[in-house]
Amino acid sequence: MSNAMLSVESLSAWYGAARILYDLSFEVGRGEVVALMGRNGAGKSTTMKAIMGLIAQRQGRVVFNDADISKLEPYQIARRGLGFTPEDRRIFSDLTVMENLDIGRQPPRQFPDGAPAPLWTPERLFALFPNLAEMPDRLGARMSGGEQQMLTVARTLMGNPLLVLLDEPSEGVAPLIVEQMANTIVELKKEGLSILLSEQNIHFAQLVSDRVYVLEKGQIQWQGTMAQLSGSPDIQRAYLTV
Amino acid sequence: MTLDAFLFQVLNGLSSASGLFLIAAGLSLIFGVTRIVNLAHGSLYMLGTYIAYTFATKIGGVTGFWGGIVATALIVGALGAAIEFVLLRRIYRAPELFQLLATFALVLVINDFALWLWGPADLLGPRAPGFRGAVEILGRRLPSYDLFLIVIGPLVLLALHLTLTRTRFGRLIRAATQDREMVGALGVNQAVLFTSVFALGAALAGLGGALQIAREPANLATDLIALGDAFVVVVVGGMGSIPGAYLAAVIIAEVKALCIGIGTVDFGFVTINFSKFTLVAEFLVMAIVLIARPYGLLGKAQGAVRSIAEPEEPIRPATPLLKAFGVAVLAVLVCLPLLAQSSPYVLVLGIDVLIAVIFAASLHFIMGPGGMHSFGHAAYFGLGAYGAALLVKWLAWPMGAALIAAPLLALAGALLFGWFAVRLSGVYLAMLTLAFAQIVWAAVFQWEGFTGGSNGVIGVWPPPPFDKSWVYFLLTLVLAVAAVLLLRRFLFAPFGYAMRAGRDSPLRAEAIGIDVKRVHWLGFAMAGLVCGVAGGLFAFAKGSISPETIHINRSIDGLVMVLLGGVQTLTGPIAGASMFALLQDTVMRQTEYWRALMGAIILLLVLTFPQGIVGAFASLWRKVGGRT
Repeated sequence: MSNAMLSVESLSAWYGAARILYDLSFEVGRGEVVALMGRNGAGKSTTMKAIMGLIAQRQGRVVFNDADISKLEPYQIARRGLGFTPEDRRIFSDLTVMENLDIGRQPPRQFPDGAPAPLWTPERLFALFPNLAEMPDRLGARMSGGEQQMLTVARTLMGNPLLVLLDEPSEGVAPLIVEQMANTIVELKKEGLSILLSEQNIHFAQLVSDRVYVLEKGQIQWQGTMAQLSGSPDIQRAYLTV
Repeated sequence: MTLDAFLFQVLNGLSSASGLFLIAAGLSLIFGVTRIVNLAHGSLYMLGTYIAYTFATKIGGVTGFWGGIVATALIVGALGAAIEFVLLRRIYRAPELFQLLATFALVLVINDFALWLWGPADLLGPRAPGFRGAVEILGRRLPSYDLFLIVIGPLVLLALHLTLTRTRFGRLIRAATQDREMVGALGVNQAVLFTSVFALGAALAGLGGALQIAREPANLATDLIALGDAFVVVVVGGMGSIPGAYLAAVIIAEVKALCIGIGTVDFGFVTINFSKFTLVAEFLVMAIVLIARPYGLLGKAQGAVRSIAEPEEPIRPATPLLKAFGVAVLAVLVCLPLLAQSSPYVLVLGIDVLIAVIFAASLHFIMGPGGMHSFGHAAYFGLGAYGAALLVKWLAWPMGAALIAAPLLALAGALLFGWFAVRLSGVYLAMLTLAFAQIVWAAVFQWEGFTGGSNGVIGVWPPPPFDKSWVYFLLTLVLAVAAVLLLRRFLFAPFGYAMRAGRDSPLRAEAIGIDVKRVHWLGFAMAGLVCGVAGGLFAFAKGSISPETIHINRSIDGLVMVLLGGVQTLTGPIAGASMFALLQDTVMRQTEYWRALMGAIILLLVLTFPQGIVGAFASLWRKVGGRT
């Protein structure tokens, strides 16, 4: 048994006739934070959706927690402990904060070795995101972008996941919230969660990630540790800076 | 009308509103979560009336009546679950309109099932035990059962409201109404959710039907009537809004009740019988509401509905092979009068098929490339047909002039209705077009002095030499070919590109300078014009025209033709219309239960060819390597 929590083997995906991903292979180890980096349109979000089973036309193997999940429905994947927070947040705007959290609720879960996965309750999540604690009855539609971003993460955590696919959590939110998001990710890592993070912003990724895969045009162009990427301005220039 | 009489009519309206609400609430819930417009909803209501009648008469007494009502709701709910499980689950990924086709097939099957089991006669149930009497209110006697119904509506509203806000099931329904894919990604099994919502909606329809048996007889025509009413209520109230559905049910029931209450009024210069307006009233209310509030009274703008169907492939110009095939078919058709000398019926059938082709091609023009799903295409057919027939009847115009005027009248109607319709999209657009078509139909039906009312117009025969069926066939053929080629030409012109761009992304199309509404409006008008040709030809081919021929059934027939052939191809509507007209003709002659047979055939096609017949052949063709 490898140490990989999630392992992706030759993943490809299409929208209609357009091919978006070309044979991606990568791994996320247990307790590891891995960043998937690249510019807009590189295929980061598509990769996450494909892992989650949200793209009908996909090929390749996705192994999560030692089980092949590549043929499963999204809800089955979520029930195995793979959490997903989409880039566009997709808060249920007609529902309150508490109701949004309730939709994400799943039973307690264990790691394969029998260790219990972190168990989340609204109270614990309110401690993690104090802003949300002030507005349990607010409608999703009436929340700011940053508050919605926190609610998206909290809603996913209600499913007590083993690994979270975190799609651009720093996008379009205030600098203060970005910082808070970074702290949250560090917290989650301490709890033992694995995280696959998609990110354009290297400053944010540097704060939280262990390893990096750089995507461009649906292919992995570079991989290494965060420290290596930080020390390679030419790689950053080639694939990340605008 | 005195104030007392007025208030009495208000009470009457409230009791009808409860029934309307029950059926509309179910439809709204089902649409919200599954995005399936369940055309069979009226059929479930109708089954409710029949099943409750059977309980009430076979078992009888208090148990038979009240127990029967509860049992009926449960049985219809279970049937709804079965329908979702067996049929709809297979087609969630099919284009939206295909789902419509499947549920319409159920309408046909269920109607014939009821005919087979309960027979064609109206069945009036017993009075409700415990509510047999009447209460004297405002000097008039109101059946106490009506009072009971007045109470039932708000009670169900309250129960639904509590379910939606206080239970996890309700929260899931609300979340899935907004973004069902996300609900799935959070670990909720949508299949179970969909089945249970369908069962709940069906049970409400069954309950609504069952409660009616003490007031109105079970009748085979109630399925489409109830469906139409439910649609109007849901659209007026706002899709997905349960309180909106109750509000709309009250408004519509009150308007109808008041029309009856007012009766005939003499304004001095003109006498108007308002009770004749009941047919038009609800559709007028709907048209007004949709124009003023495009998403209904309490509805919200539908967020970008995340379609799970595949994006539509671009349409392609005809390949040389397809052109050759077209020419070959045309050659056979031109020679048909020679080939069919021994059986003149073939030509009559041929005329029917060609008229259907024009009708379907014009509908496809706005449905496929325009993305405007018109549920009221019969309006333009009717304007053409009645226009031609009335010009012959009142002004004795010759056939040629009448056939030219027919499309122009349809064009005028399409310009007027289309101006409003293109301001909406999706289901709302479909319902507004339906409303306009019903207004045209009701005007024709109720304006007896001018249109002949239910008798229609007769004696619209073509003059020689067109009285020979082979000559008329060739005339129809020429016009059909011209119509199809004209529509095709439009699609491959910049106008057609603009129309498709507007369909695929209105925002981006606007941003590159396309006036999307104007382009869609002109497209709508164009489709009306061509459809008018079909109407005019129809009037002369049959020699008569009646309101029956332009009823909602014809609009739905058009949808079936287009979907049967495939929305995404240009040859689709032609193949679909031919197939449909031939099927209708051959199947109808085989059996008394032609609707069920037709429905079964449609279901089979839907399940086997989810892209339509032509679509299926096209993808098969691409698979075997013939690149188109």
